[in-house]
Amino acid sequence: MRKTTRKAWALAAGVTSIALVATACSSSDDAGEGDETADGGNITLTVATFNEFGYTDEMFDRYEAENPGITIEQKVAATSNEARENLNTRLAAGSGTSDIEAIEVDWLPELLQYPDYFEDLSSPDVEGRWLDWKVAQATTPDGKLIGYGTDIGPEGIAYRADLFEAAGLPSDREAVAELFGGDSATWEGFFEVGKQYTSTTGKPFFDSASAIYQGMVNQEEAAYEDPDTGDVIALDNPRIEEMYTQVTTAAVTDNLSAHFSQWSDDWTNSFQTDGFAVMLAPGWMLGVIEGNAAGVTGWDLADVFPGGSGNWGGSFLTVPTQGANVEAAKDLAAWLTAPEQQIEAFQNKGTFPSQVEALESDEIKSATNEFFNNAPVGEILANRALDVVVPFKGPQYFTIQDAISNAIVEVDVNGADPAAQWQTFVGVVEGLG
Amino acid sequence: MATSTTQPRAGRRLPDSPRDPRRVGFSQTLGRWDVKVSPYLYISPFFILFALTGLFPLAYTAYVSVYDWHLLGGQGDFVGFDNFAFVFQEPNFWKGLRNTFSIFLLSTIPQLMIAIVLAALLDANLRARTFWRMGVLVPYVVAPVAVSLIFGKVFADQSGLANAVLGFFGVDPIKWHGAVLPSHFAVATMVNFRWTGYNTLILLAAMQAVPRELYEAAVIDGATRVRQFFSITIPQIRPTLIFVVITSTIGGLQIFDEPRMFDQLGQGGPGRQWMTVTMYIYELGFGNSKSFGRAAAVAWVLFLIILAVGMLNFWLTRRIASESTPKEPRRKKVKR
Repeated sequence: MRKTTRKAWALAAGVTSIALVATACSSSDDAGEGDETADGGNITLTVATFNEFGYTDEMFDRYEAENPGITIEQKVAATSNEARENLNTRLAAGSGTSDIEAIEVDWLPELLQYPDYFEDLSSPDVEGRWLDWKVAQATTPDGKLIGYGTDIGPEGIAYRADLFEAAGLPSDREAVAELFGGDSATWEGFFEVGKQYTSTTGKPFFDSASAIYQGMVNQEEAAYEDPDTGDVIALDNPRIEEMYTQVTTAAVTDNLSAHFSQWSDDWTNSFQTDGFAVMLAPGWMLGVIEGNAAGVTGWDLADVFPGGSGNWGGSFLTVPTQGANVEAAKDLAAWLTAPEQQIEAFQNKGTFPSQVEALESDEIKSATNEFFNNAPVGEILANRALDVVVPFKGPQYFTIQDAISNAIVEVDVNGADPAAQWQTFVGVVEGLG
Repeated sequence: MATSTTQPRAGRRLPDSPRDPRRVGFSQTLGRWDVKVSPYLYISPFFILFALTGLFPLAYTAYVSVYDWHLLGGQGDFVGFDNFAFVFQEPNFWKGLRNTFSIFLLSTIPQLMIAIVLAALLDANLRARTFWRMGVLVPYVVAPVAVSLIFGKVFADQSGLANAVLGFFGVDPIKWHGAVLPSHFAVATMVNFRWTGYNTLILLAAMQAVPRELYEAAVIDGATRVRQFFSITIPQIRPTLIFVVITSTIGGLQIFDEPRMFDQLGQGGPGRQWMTVTMYIYELGFGNSKSFGRAAAVAWVLFLIILAVGMLNFWLTRRIASESTPKEPRRKKVKR
């Protein structure tokens, strides 16, 4: 009797599990069939971006009108960290990525190690569309292009003219550029102005120490890793500790920082409460400032940057191979990163184009931004993009950058001991394996 | 119940069959199978699902934990217990463990106490009873992410409501995102907000099943409301209490959504002030190191910890609740 029961039980279990597996398979088959309908039928393309890319629904509507049968859905993640984790998880799971996934230059290197997850986007149609260094960033050693460049992040200094004036400092943008040192601006000079401002007003000068550090480290050709060997050199490179000390001293000892962690609720709210007077502003940050500081007047952009120029961020659009409609997705990615669309994205959210043709266009050169006191932002950022140093970012870059930025936030925001936090950072770097 | 009444009958038929084998028709065999097999068949969907979604992942996680396994790169070499050794010497693992237990204690204990008291209040004769009962469940319906967003603003370090209220009473602003214990308190508040009502309803259901005669007898004996609560209600709802304690132990040790959404970066703070073990698993597997092997190792450690704490709680609740039960009937008998 017992045997019978067991057999029957096993049989029942078997049948049920086969049924379950069968249904599971059949549903995934349905999803796979999308490929064949790509030419004629209705397909939906999803575009996953983060922060502000400047792509509007009107742009997508236009593409849908020009390409009947295509529906576009945009997914926007709040931070690039979130987008990165989403993408990694879904790549590993083998399903669930959007048809077009935006990636940031900081975590591009780790994906370049696994180019098989992405379609090769190189094509004669897009040859020469971008600045050479932008294309080089997304190209594997054997010549596969995994991402189309969207924007780059040449930085100016965004400042509050009204707060500068109240502190007795010059407030129009040419004079401010001179104040910071003009063409020979340095970080020392930047912090000096900060001391003047803070000592007269008693108010914080810049928003966040980790943001200032970002600006500094993006001027280093090889910050954390050796470009030739790929070895981690973060602890051997004396510049890292120098910059760490310089920025934490300015933030805490001289108390120039408003002690915010960038993107935190406090940081966002402080735009409405005159929390600080100065921010390092890559093109894409202009849209963020405008959004957070809605209704606040006095923001302006100065054509100057400590150390000459710097590039902070910049993104790419990739097409994961697991997508159902890769060909249609490639077309859309190429369309979105075409100069015309990137100019429009710049006009929408200030994301500065990486396309040669766009950089030379009148729309960019003559672009002004009403929120920033009608500053000629296009011209300013184009000037700032001239001598950009392209830092080498290897596979460990993001981890190390994350660790040091955590250390700086601990010191700046939470009042931790700089020396102890440096040791924590050293521990993280030594533990990389 | 159904099986226990039918089974003896089937057993009685069994000795008959060897004597008269020709009489056993196929329909009878079927009938016997039906009796023997169908109960298992009826409960099998749960066990099959459990095997697929519970047991298999558990075993597979153990398998992954002894390999060098990269999120994107896939399976690597067999490394034995290296992954375990690695995480045990990582300071972040211990931080995660500390935070998990601290948040667990800060959330589960007050939560269950409030839930029991609330349930006792709702069990009393109130006007608009259903309204109050449904009211406690409202926070549970709110999505955890929305809860986290709201509480994230309330507990913002410089511009938050919590510090503004404290400032009104002359208390210095608290670093909700900077210091360890305040951040745990803030996260625990979110958890309590969400789960107290849920546990209240479960305990309320148990309380309503307590025979009213017991209370009547107690009232005649002159027991106060408080005495009734401790001597009748608590012992009577013991099985439910054990269930609630076990489920909140499991839930509390696996806490993830609330701490992850407590700031924008979701890493548990720059100094990992409120990073729980589950967040650490996520960080190992999907964060910078992308090491599935190490993440799996931590997952297994967490599983064993939950098992141990769950058993400890089971034992504790049984003891606490059973100590008072025998006293109750004894006294009554004496008095009568």
